[in-house]
Amino acid sequence: MQDPGLYAIYCGDECEDIVYRKRASLSMCVMFEASLNPQSETLRTMASAVLKIVNTTLDWVTLALDAPSARAVVFGVHIGGHLFVEVLLFVVILFLLSQKSYKPPKRPLTKKEIDELCDEWVPEPLIPSITEEMLREPPVLESAAGPHTIINGIDVVNFASANYLGLIGHEKLLESCTSALEKYGVGSCGPRGFYGTIDVHLDCEARIAKFLGTPDSILYSYGLSTTFSAIPAFCKKGDIIVVDEGVHWGIQNGLYLSRSTIVYFKHNDMESLRNTLEKVTADNKQAKKLRRYIVVEAVYQNSGKIAPLDEIIRLKEKYLFRVLLDESNSFGVLGSSGRGLTEYYGVPIEKIDIITAAMGHALAAEGGFCTGSARVIDHQRLSSSGYVFSASLPPYLASAAITAIDVLEENPDMIKKLKENIALLWKGLSDMPGLSIASNAESPIVFLKLDKSTGSLKNDLTLLEDIADRVLKEDSVFVVASKRSTLDKCRLPVGIRLFVSAAHSESDLQKASESLKRVAALVLKS
Amino acid sequence: MITIPYLTALTTYFSYGLLFAFGQFRDFFRKIFDWWRVNNLQGYAPICLGLEDFYTRRLYLRIQDCFGRPISSAPDAWFDVVERYSIDSNKTLKRTTNTSRCLNLGSYNYLGFAASDEYCTPRVIQSLKRFSPSTCSARVDAGTTTLHTELEECVANFVQKPAAVVFGMGYVTNSSILPVLIGKGGLIISDSLNHNSIVNGARGSGATVRVFQHNTPWHLEKVLREQIAEGQPRTHRPWKKIIVIVEGIYSMEGELCKLPEIVAICKKYQAYVYLDEAHSIGAVGKSGRGVCELLGVDTADVDIMMGTFTKSFGSCGGYIAGSKELIRYLKHTCPAHLYATSVSPPAAQQIISAIKVILGEDGAQKLARIRENSNFFRSELQKMGFEVLGDNDSPVMPIMLYNPAKIPAFSRECLKQNVAVVTVAFPATPLLLARARICISAAHSKEDLLKALEVISQVGDLIGIKYFPAEPEKQQQGVIKVD
Repeated sequence: MQDPGLYAIYCGDECEDIVYRKRASLSMCVMFEASLNPQSETLRTMASAVLKIVNTTLDWVTLALDAPSARAVVFGVHIGGHLFVEVLLFVVILFLLSQKSYKPPKRPLTKKEIDELCDEWVPEPLIPSITEEMLREPPVLESAAGPHTIINGIDVVNFASANYLGLIGHEKLLESCTSALEKYGVGSCGPRGFYGTIDVHLDCEARIAKFLGTPDSILYSYGLSTTFSAIPAFCKKGDIIVVDEGVHWGIQNGLYLSRSTIVYFKHNDMESLRNTLEKVTADNKQAKKLRRYIVVEAVYQNSGKIAPLDEIIRLKEKYLFRVLLDESNSFGVLGSSGRGLTEYYGVPIEKIDIITAAMGHALAAEGGFCTGSARVIDHQRLSSSGYVFSASLPPYLASAAITAIDVLEENPDMIKKLKENIALLWKGLSDMPGLSIASNAESPIVFLKLDKSTGSLKNDLTLLEDIADRVLKEDSVFVVASKRSTLDKCRLPVGIRLFVSAAHSESDLQKASESLKRVAALVLKS
Repeated sequence: MITIPYLTALTTYFSYGLLFAFGQFRDFFRKIFDWWRVNNLQGYAPICLGLEDFYTRRLYLRIQDCFGRPISSAPDAWFDVVERYSIDSNKTLKRTTNTSRCLNLGSYNYLGFAASDEYCTPRVIQSLKRFSPSTCSARVDAGTTTLHTELEECVANFVQKPAAVVFGMGYVTNSSILPVLIGKGGLIISDSLNHNSIVNGARGSGATVRVFQHNTPWHLEKVLREQIAEGQPRTHRPWKKIIVIVEGIYSMEGELCKLPEIVAICKKYQAYVYLDEAHSIGAVGKSGRGVCELLGVDTADVDIMMGTFTKSFGSCGGYIAGSKELIRYLKHTCPAHLYATSVSPPAAQQIISAIKVILGEDGAQKLARIRENSNFFRSELQKMGFEVLGDNDSPVMPIMLYNPAKIPAFSRECLKQNVAVVTVAFPATPLLLARARICISAAHSKEDLLKALEVISQVGDLIGIKYFPAEPEKQQQGVIKVD
C-alpha cells in the first residue's frame, strides 16, 4: 500500500520535505495504532481529524515562514523558510559567542583561612632524630698526620691520610710555608678578582702548568669545590655527560648543578662505556651539535680502581667526546715522574680536555686546580662559581704546593718507594680472611671490600668500622672505613681504605697487614 | 631600594646597547673570516656555544685590567700592587716586576688580621711546625686534630651556640650544608640578593626555592603566608619544612639584615632561620659577635648560624653553629665533612688566635676603630654627594657608578693615585647597577682615610659620579632625620 504521505515526498516540492516527512511519520504512527485495534472505528476518525488539524497548522507555518523569501532563489535554488531559520541560528551563535566562557567563581582564601592554615601547619623537625651511629667520634690526632701520628698519647701507624709522597712534615715545605706566612699572613682576604690574587697564586698556576706540560692552569681554594665548580662552567642544560657510576660526591654534585643530561656507565667497565656512547650518539640525531663529555676519575676515591685511559681515549676519539679527568689521587703518584694518569698510559696530555685535581693529597697542601688549554682556563676565570665567588687559596698553601712540586721533581725516588710500598702491602694483604683487595695493583688507595656483604650498606659499614676500631685500639694501626654521605648516590660497596705513603717503612706495612688479617679473622668469623 | 636617575638609566642602557652592538658587529666579521679557516673542532661542539661567553669576550676583556690585580704583599691597609701591561689590547695581561704601594680599600680585612700579627703569627707558625700545612684527610678519617676540636669549641663559644662544625672553605660550607638540611618537599625562601654559594646550595638541595624582596620583612611574610597556604606545587601537600636564608651584611650592598623583624616573622610561621654571617661575624657588634649582637637578637632564635673565617679573622674556611643535635647530624651526613680535606691546621690556629684577640682588650679597640672608621668614611662620602649604599656601622660601602665606562675610569684613576678600590659589575650585580665597593678596615689610620677621601672626591668630580648635591643640603637632611 502506498502511503499518501510518502508519495508526497517523492513527488512533492523540495522545500516542503521536512514538513511532509513529519506528516508522514505522524500518519504512519496513527495507522500503526489503528492496525492494533481494527475494530475501533471511532478512534480512526478521531485520528484522521487530529491529522488534519496538524497538517493544516504545519501548512500555515510553512506558508508564514516562506512568505518573506518565497521568491528568493540563490544559484537556482529556492530558499524559502531556510533563510529565516538560518538567520535565527546565526544570531543565536553570535549571541553565544559574545558571552564570556563559563568560569567557576574564584574564591581566594580569606585572611582568616590563611591564618588557620598557617596555624595548622606543622613543620618537620630540622633534622631527623639522632641515631646511635651518628654518635661516633673520629679519633683526634695530637700531632701531624704523617706516617706515624699520636692518638690518645699513643704512637700509631697512619693509613688514613692521603699523604702519598710522605710530604707531611717535609722540611722544605715547612720552610716555604713559614716564609709565606711571615710575608703574606694567613688568609688572602678576598676573591681572586678583588685583590685576592697574590703573586704566589700566579706562580703556583704557572708551576703546575709547567710540570704537567699544559698551557695554563687555575687554582681553586678547596679540593672539593674544584670539580663542582668546573663542571657547571662547561656543561649546561642539554649537554650530554657520560660518567662512571663510581665518581665521588664532588663530581656528582657538579653534574647535578650543571643540569646536563647525565648517563652513567658501569664502574670502570669499558664495554659498558662503549655501549653507552654508542647508544647516546645513535639515539640522538642532535648529539653532533651538543657538547659531549666523558667524566672519569684517574684513581677512584670510592674503589681505588685506576681508569683505563688508553681505552677511554680510543672511545673518546671514535665518538668525539671531550674528556674531563679528575686526577686527585693520581697526580704526583702515577707515572714515572708523578705526572699522573696520562704519563702512566703514555697518552699526550693534550688529549685530555679538562684535568682537575685536589692538592690535599700527594702535594700535602690544600686547595685544587684545573688545567687544560688556555681557552678552558680563561673561561673558568669568569664563569666558575667556586672561583669567582670565593676567597682565594691562602698564599702559604700555594707556596707549599709549589715547593711540593719542586721536591717531587727533584726526588723521583719517592714515587718508586711508593710503588714498592704498595706492592709490599699487596703481598701482605693477599690472603685476607673475609676481605679482598678491590683496587688495582698500582693504585695508592688499597681498597679492601667484604667478601660477603651483609646486604645493607649500614651493616657493612658497622662491620668494617668495628674492624678499623679494633685494629687501631689493639695494634695501633690507624685505618678507616670509607664513609658514605646520605647525599652520595654512588652505589659501590663500602670498604676499608688504606692510603699508602712513600714514608711508610717496611715494618709499618707488615704491621698493618698482620693486624688487619688477625682482626678481620676475629670479627668476620663471629 | 636603589632608584636610578632617569637620565643615568638611559645613558647606561645606551652604553650597554652600543657595546653589545659593537660586539655583535665584531662577532659577525669574525664569523666571516673564520669561514675560510680550517675548522679545528673536527666534529666537537665548541666549548662555549652561542652567546655564552659573549660578555667575557666583548665586554669584560676591555676592562680586564681593573679586576684580578695581583698583589705581592699581605692584603693589609697598604699593599703592593703588581703592575701589568698588555700587548694585545687587554686580551692578555703580563706581569712585571714593578709594584706600586697602594692604599687598600678592597680587601675584607675588617679587623686587620690579614698581615702578620704579633700575637697570631708566632702561634700560627708553631702550629704549622707541629701539624704541617695539611692533614691530607677528611675530618672523619685522620683530619681531626686537637686544633680542630679546640677551634670548634672556640667558635661555638664565640657565636654563642651550643656547638659548631668547621669546614675548609666558606663557599663549600653553604653549598654542601643546604642539601643535607633540606630536600624535595621542602621550601627555601631566600633573600633576592643572597650570595652565589647559597644559590648553588639551594639549587643542589632539590628543594623548591622562592625569593623575597631584598631585606623586606613584609614581603617575606607575604611569601610565607602564600606558600604555607598553597603547599607544594601541583600536589598541594603541606611543605615538609621551610628555611629562610638571609645574610648578616650583604656584601654588595653594605646593608645590615633586618634580623629582628625577620626572626619574629619566622618564629610566627615556624620557619627555620639560616643566617649567613660571612661579612658580619667579627666585624660588627660590641664584642664582634656579628649582627645578632648588634641588633639585639637572641642567638637561640637563629636555628643555623653560618659564617666564614676569610674576612674578619684573616684565615680561610667556614663554620656552621647550632644545636648539639644539628651539629652531630651534620657531622654524620655532610659531604664536606666526610670527603673534603679538613681545615689546614695553621689556618685553624689563626682563627683561634684571632678570636682570642677579639675577645680581649685589643679586640675591643679594633672593633671600636672599625666602627669609627666606617661611620666616618661613610658620612664623609655622603657629604661629598656620592650615592653610597648600606647602613651605618657596616664596613662595606658601595658607591654607585651605573655607567659601564665609569667602572674602569674610577678604578684606573684611583689606582693612578695609589688607592686600590674594587669595582663590581655584572655578573656580581645587576647590569645597570655597577658600583665601586669600599671595605674599611680597623687597620686604616685617620690619615689613610683622609687620603682616600681626597682621591675619591677628586676622581668622583673627574668622572661625574657625585649624583647628589654636596654638603649643605645633605646636612639639613641629617638634621631632619635626627628630629
